[in-house]
Amino acid sequence: MEVEAAKLVGAGLAAIGAGMAAIGVGNVFGSFLESALRNPGAADGQQGRLFIGFAAAELLGLLAFVVAMILIFVA
Amino acid sequence: MAADQAKVDPMKQFAIEAIGGTQGWEIAGFNIAFTNSAMWMLITTVVLFVFVLGGMKRELVPGRWQMMVETFTGFIDNMLEANIGKEGRKYVPYVFSLFMFILIANLIGLLPLGLVGIHPFTFTSHFTVTGVLAIISFSIVLIVGFWKHGLHFFSLFVPHGTPLPMVPVIAPIEFISFMVRPFSLALRLFVAMMAGHVLLKVLSSFVIDGTNAGAGFGALVGLPSFLLMIGISALEILVAGIQAYVFALLTSLYINDAEHLH
Repeated sequence: MEVEAAKLVGAGLAAIGAGMAAIGVGNVFGSFLESALRNPGAADGQQGRLFIGFAAAELLGLLAFVVAMILIFVA
Repeated sequence: MAADQAKVDPMKQFAIEAIGGTQGWEIAGFNIAFTNSAMWMLITTVVLFVFVLGGMKRELVPGRWQMMVETFTGFIDNMLEANIGKEGRKYVPYVFSLFMFILIANLIGLLPLGLVGIHPFTFTSHFTVTGVLAIISFSIVLIVGFWKHGLHFFSLFVPHGTPLPMVPVIAPIEFISFMVRPFSLALRLFVAMMAGHVLLKVLSSFVIDGTNAGAGFGALVGLPSFLLMIGISALEILVAGIQAYVFALLTSLYINDAEHLH
């Protein structure tokens, strides 16, 4: 395989990481909503933790995007 | 490069250009020309300054403007008190400035000023800018930590109740996770802003190329892409807020580590 083609294939494969992060972010917000509906009184106090979990899950998807950008534009 | 074929280059919006040339701006071998990035930072600072100044009339019955400013300061105040406690109050000025600076920068970068010929530059989509913001946050953590706890600050790397045989394993992991913080902080904001803007430009190239290819393609490809762009733009406003909030939230968590150790 040519190097240029391999780079593009690699960048495309990195998109899997973005999809996985989508599952993770969905999981964070889904679980939060599920438990918030069970106990709405405690929901407001946990919003900080919600966004920490969101940030942690999202970062890995963004890293996948960085990998794709590096493969296309830098490497 | 693969992106050269597209008529809309999604990376051109991130190009840094010197306003008024690069002549005569040399200092010690470095060129410090006034760039579009610097100009939009200046605009953001002025907007933030005017916004806060309008709310500092200290009326007993707050008007709309003062109410708006107090909502933001109260929001940051609550966040710091919830995460750090009473000692967190003294970090309100820094975290408030940080939050508002990033928020205003993100939102200004999304303004559709291109319609009147001015092209907003989202400087938070550059790693140099977010990196410096993250380094400021990280050095506050280090300075506060060593100032308050001295060398005892290193106990941050050994959480309470760690069994002694596990210490050689846990400590390097904690050290790495501590040192990675400024990078993850900067990378998150920069990539989130860049990804959104690239996505918008890629979709706009679908609209333009699709419509140029004929009315059929325009209806089939251009129109749905345009509707998607409107939706993504709304999402970007949400992301602009969330990323500013996450940056401020993580900064307050890291400061909490420095204030209270584990």
